[in-house]
Amino acid sequence: MKLSFSPEDEKFREEIAGWLSQNLTGEFEKLKYRGGPGDEHMYPQERQGWEKKLAEGGWTCVGWPEEHGGRGCSIEQQVIFFEEYARAGAPGRVGHIGEGLAGPTIIAFGTEEQKRKYLPGIVAGTELWCQGYSEPSAGSDLANVKTKARFDQAKGKWIINGQKVWTSLAHESDYCFVIARTDPDSVAHKGLGFFLIKMDQPGIDVRPIEQITGTSEFNEVFFDDAECDATDIVGAPGEGWKVAMGLLGFERGVSTLGQQMQFQNELDEVVKVAKSNGAASDPVIRQRIAKAHAELKIMRYNAMRMLSGQSGSDGSLQKEALIYKLFWATWHRSLGELAMDVMGPECEILEGGPYELSRLQSMYLFVRSDTIYGGTNQIQRNIIAERGLGMPKEPKGKAV
Amino acid sequence: MEFAFTEEQEMIRDTAEAFLAEVSTSEAVRSAMATEAGYDAELWQRICGEMYWQAIHIPEEYGGMGLGYVEVVAMMEQMGRYLLCSPFFATVCQGANALLLAGSDEQKTHWLGKLCEGGLTATIASNGGVSSWGPESVTATWRRDGDAYVLDGSYRYVIDGHTAQLIVVAAREVGSEEESGISLFLLPADTPGLSREWLPTMDQTRKQAALSLDGVRLEADALLGDAGSGWAVLSQVQDLAAIALAAEQVGGCQQLLDSAVEYTSERVQFGRTIASFQAVKHKAADMMLLTEVARSAIYYAACVAQEALQGTELAAELPEAASVVKSYCSDAYFAIAGDTLQLHGGVGFTWEYDVHLYFKRAKSSEQLLGNGTQHRERLAAQLLDAEDAA
Ligand SMILES: Cc1cc2nc3c(=O)[nH]c(=O)nc-3n(C[C@H](O)[C@H](O)[C@H](O)COP(=O)(O)OP(=O)(O)OC[C@H]3O[C@@H](n4cnc5c(N)ncnc54)[C@H](O)[C@@H]3O)c2cc1C
Repeated sequence: MKLSFSPEDEKFREEIAGWLSQNLTGEFEKLKYRGGPGDEHMYPQERQGWEKKLAEGGWTCVGWPEEHGGRGCSIEQQVIFFEEYARAGAPGRVGHIGEGLAGPTIIAFGTEEQKRKYLPGIVAGTELWCQGYSEPSAGSDLANVKTKARFDQAKGKWIINGQKVWTSLAHESDYCFVIARTDPDSVAHKGLGFFLIKMDQPGIDVRPIEQITGTSEFNEVFFDDAECDATDIVGAPGEGWKVAMGLLGFERGVSTLGQQMQFQNELDEVVKVAKSNGAASDPVIRQRIAKAHAELKIMRYNAMRMLSGQSGSDGSLQKEALIYKLFWATWHRSLGELAMDVMGPECEILEGGPYELSRLQSMYLFVRSDTIYGGTNQIQRNIIAERGLGMPKEPKGKAV
Repeated sequence: MEFAFTEEQEMIRDTAEAFLAEVSTSEAVRSAMATEAGYDAELWQRICGEMYWQAIHIPEEYGGMGLGYVEVVAMMEQMGRYLLCSPFFATVCQGANALLLAGSDEQKTHWLGKLCEGGLTATIASNGGVSSWGPESVTATWRRDGDAYVLDGSYRYVIDGHTAQLIVVAAREVGSEEESGISLFLLPADTPGLSREWLPTMDQTRKQAALSLDGVRLEADALLGDAGSGWAVLSQVQDLAAIALAAEQVGGCQQLLDSAVEYTSERVQFGRTIASFQAVKHKAADMMLLTEVARSAIYYAACVAQEALQGTELAAELPEAASVVKSYCSDAYFAIAGDTLQLHGGVGFTWEYDVHLYFKRAKSSEQLLGNGTQHRERLAAQLLDAEDAA
């Protein structure tokens, strides 16, 4: 067991840090520390330009295999990439859903044709993706999706009808991956399909939803006879659940290390405020800041343990991976509360009208979603208890 | 970066676990804790003679196995899991570490040699009966008398202090304050002027003693390290010991979690096992989170401790790593112990069930070498009191 990186890895660190310092300048300077959860509405066009810049440098999809256009980086190098990316204050990636979720799913489960058709656009940073899982009646109970996919023999296409909700960045996206019912009589996780759907077509209506922050990052998406080519279903009809679940496994990857650097940037800002406004002398605040610091430090090593270890032979998550989401989400939520308490009454005062939040204010509000999306804290606890500790499953209720 | 046990480290851990599951049973712990010495001398001889644990991280040149602190931490985790009653912690994680960090080659050859041969037990006495563990906790004094040193004062909370054969004592030069003037000395248990008394404790699985020094006269070769600069060594030794103690806490967390899951899976109320209620499952999930996070914390700290002993790259991070893990693991162990007791209902409150042994150990290891609040304050000072803005 050792903590230090090899000399080659340190050279890689210099390479990416050097590239960022040379390229995150000029027109991109203003993007520093912008974007990402809670700030997705900022500079969307410029950030798409940044995606292309990254791609030119070969810095998109660094963990993908080279045969699919990635850089084939080792886990260590991916860790370093994401750390340096966040350290430099480089902007939140608008391409993260494609790079982190859609791409790996297509690589794992897709056909050769799908790979040829979709992967290059993700690597080039030119095609953006969104995730169409949740529906009004399918959130935590994801297997309850109602959106329907019917195969039209005459057209040779799938016809999609239904509604998705909370679809992040749907308004910026070129494609959406959607789970929908291919067998209208099926229930639960049977009879589903996993579809790759082009957003720019007549049967799709995207309506922004205003969020707690006053801005809109997620949307309702309505499908009214939207079409999807026969070749754009991933896996067999009826087996969408397997694909959908495989994808959730990609949600916890090395990018978590980059996320932590971003957390570190936020914590540093809280510390700065505390030192400047006198909160740093409050013994309770001192305790809370120290606790946040200690836990963030440990979060890094928990992630490293998760990345260094092997999953169980049955593909089950290791224990440290099972608890990871619950840990970081709860930590981040507390950081938001700490930030406000450090600011004191000043935390209420907005930078300007009509509803212009500072970085910490926006963080404080947005972190409330961390314990909701990607599996709520309650659902995470169920998973930990059932899969990690072997405790009895929740009894299933009858449909209402 | 390879943040996982090597195969060899895994083997050491598994062997330790198998051995302890056999020798440190509930009955064995209960019979050891009922004695004043607090451990079974025969078992300690087996540990030293057969398992060679006392020599684990001592360099081969002094007769040790030459392994690292990661291995020590892996062992301590298992000892915490099985509540092993033994002088291992005081001897290896306190006494031996002090010798490793500050001993002259002669002192190391002599004392570490004896330790590896298996006979010797050791400990550290530093705290004069103060609730904190900083330099102010060192209250005993020393003064020069020609080439010799004369020591006076008293100590409390000395782990295994009434049985250890070698005691490293910390004392400050008469009139000195704070970090200055502190020195460490090596004191064989039969030194004239030293008196020792067992202090009965709530946690009976770990024994403490009070010591007093009354005009104890020591020759120059008893001095460990340089006169007056002992605080730097003592605080490093305390940090290394805190990391080992944190590992022990993690082992306790795991054992409690396992027992809570096992008990709730068997106990039936309202026609169901209580483990099938979400209120119970969610509590257990939180306990597992604390345990796994604490485990990641001690592995990280073990790597830093290893580098501190070798004086390599990450050595300077030792105080931070120690405070990070001691604060997190102390709180985690106590929380889990309390929840496990609660989940056991009435039986959790009985002497018969082992939960109380862990509940008490959780409190004793929380208070030793600085509790969570004290370690967080140490971190806060580092983060918030530095002159330059963050
Ligand atoms: C900012 C944000 C972005 C999102 N982006 C996307 C996206 O891009 N694509 C997408 O598909 N979805 C997205 N989501 C949706 C998200 O995944 C869901 O909100 C989430 O899964 C919870 O579902 P729900 O909102 O329907 O809540 P519900 O499932 O209705 O839950 C309500 C409450 O009940 C609790 N609860 C539910 N079931 C149980 C149970 N069995 N035991 C105990 N408690 C329970 C929950 O924990 C929660 O507290 C996003 C959400 C947010 C907030």
